Amino acid sequence: MPPVHTVLSRRTRRRLAADAALLVVAAAFVLPLAWLVLASFDDGANLRVRVPASPTLDNFSAVLTDEITFTPMLNSLVLCGSATVLTVVCAVLAAYPLSRYRSRFNRPYLLTILFSTCLPITAVMVPVYGLFVQVNLIDTVYGTALFLATSQLPFAIWLMKNFMDGVPKVLEEAAWTDGASMAQTLRRVVLPLMGPGATVVMIYTFIMLWGNFFVPFMLLLSPDQLPASVTIFTLFGNYGSVAYGQLAAFSILYSTPVLVLYILISRRLGGGFALGGAVKG
Amino acid sequence: MSTASRTGTAPGTVTGAGTGTGAGPGTGSGTGVRRQPVRWLPLAPATLLLLLFLAGPICYCVYIAFTDMQLTGSSHTDFVGLANFRRALSDARFRNAVWLTLVFTFVSSVVGQNTLGLALAGLMRRASRPLRTLTGALVITAWVLPEIVAAFLLYAFFRREGTLNAVLGWLHLPGQNWLFTLPILAVSFANVWRGTAFSMLIYSAALAEIPEEITEAAEVDGASGWRAVWHITLPMIRRSIGTNLMLNTLQTLSVFGLIWAMTRGGPGDRSQTLPVFMYDEAFNKSLIGYGTAVALLLLLVGSLFSVVYLRLMKVEV
Repeated sequence: MPPVHTVLSRRTRRRLAADAALLVVAAAFVLPLAWLVLASFDDGANLRVRVPASPTLDNFSAVLTDEITFTPMLNSLVLCGSATVLTVVCAVLAAYPLSRYRSRFNRPYLLTILFSTCLPITAVMVPVYGLFVQVNLIDTVYGTALFLATSQLPFAIWLMKNFMDGVPKVLEEAAWTDGASMAQTLRRVVLPLMGPGATVVMIYTFIMLWGNFFVPFMLLLSPDQLPASVTIFTLFGNYGSVAYGQLAAFSILYSTPVLVLYILISRRLGGGFALGGAVKG
Repeated sequence: MSTASRTGTAPGTVTGAGTGTGAGPGTGSGTGVRRQPVRWLPLAPATLLLLLFLAGPICYCVYIAFTDMQLTGSSHTDFVGLANFRRALSDARFRNAVWLTLVFTFVSSVVGQNTLGLALAGLMRRASRPLRTLTGALVITAWVLPEIVAAFLLYAFFRREGTLNAVLGWLHLPGQNWLFTLPILAVSFANVWRGTAFSMLIYSAALAEIPEEITEAAEVDGASGWRAVWHITLPMIRRSIGTNLMLNTLQTLSVFGLIWAMTRGGPGDRSQTLPVFMYDEAFNKSLIGYGTAVALLLLLVGSLFSVVYLRLMKVEV
């Protein structure tokens, strides 16, 4: 039996080693982020991390125009907001019978859903473009929103079903026996209980869509309809003389909503969050 | 999730999503379906969307891949059989894209995200709280940031006059123009920076499920450090490792925006992975048919991985 203090010191040594290793990783991860924040307050920003000589809000006031910020952000909001609402409504409706009723049909349906969560959506974008041209959905916000909503739907259904499985059935059964219809039960009993789960699904879907670049890049053509994910690319794509500080400022404005939303749901997604929610060691 | 039931067979169809038709009366003979078809009505909107916008495009993809459809020029499209696939096999640029996709996937997903995510999850269990919180927050921030913002940050980081060379200079190491000399490695590291959080979260959850007694017993038995990791920890989380590798690989296979924004697949075609190659063929060379044939190959690889993933997960449905 070794004396206590050596055990402790070994523990402490281990902790210090782990801390040092994490510090190195944290430094590597923080550098690009630090550049973004510092450059946004620096009117002479270049590509290096440096503390601005005289911090200023000039970059922000320069990008806060209709053309650079307001229109694209509003487009993003309309596009991602409508797609998110559609996804969540469909997911809640679909998850309910999948979670509550037993039938031979559940399993294949859910397996297909799970299978679709893994498909590389990137790969279908070329044929989707061709298809959208054929059916006149190209360059329409509603067509793009429909596709975006569908791309997130499998995962939203899966996540929603898992949340529903965690809500006890007792209250619903009481409502059934009192002769409530399915719609009434869903509205008065189920949705209030499912509220937190549905909120998490909604925010997660919105975060995913807000950052999605490839789908609107392919399906929207008119500059006045483009969401921020594409306009930021266009700004940054004019390689020549880039106003890095302004681009950094716009990046921060564009990223803030999803960072805030993520903080709101991180507790709920937390440790148990994993794609499919069924990842076991 | 309680006891997971075994997945007997993988989903029989690999045609894509939504093969489960709407749950009208008469589908299957499950009691619930037959007695109360209205119960299954709520599935209709989701099923309809999936059929129209996911299964539809996939079927269309299969059809276009065997034609010579073009973006411009000849208005009529002919069926050309396997010509697109033969063309791909003899196309040096396609082989280059396959090779770069393998490098990108291996470096950024298998080696980078997976190993770093596991290391971080392990270290966090031993580290002090402030550092755990700080590192976790930074890694997750990199993940939540929109793809194009991440691409912009890392572009700045890897440029000749960027931060990486500044740090190397400060350490008295030679810098270089990374995006020109090693573009595929630059985008791979960018993808590690952006995607590690996912592995970290999965492994943190997996490690948290290992019972305390086991680790303590191992310490008492004198199995310490690496030996304990190798013989006890890794075997206990092997299913999470499999799942995570699958999901990471699938995500990495479909990375487009990050590479496109950082390098446009260049210089030349030295960072042109399959999605970028597909886009380039379809829109810059206007060969929709050929681009779609490449897309179909990607879809098939993705489907294979998905099926393996479902088998691994032993889903409880």
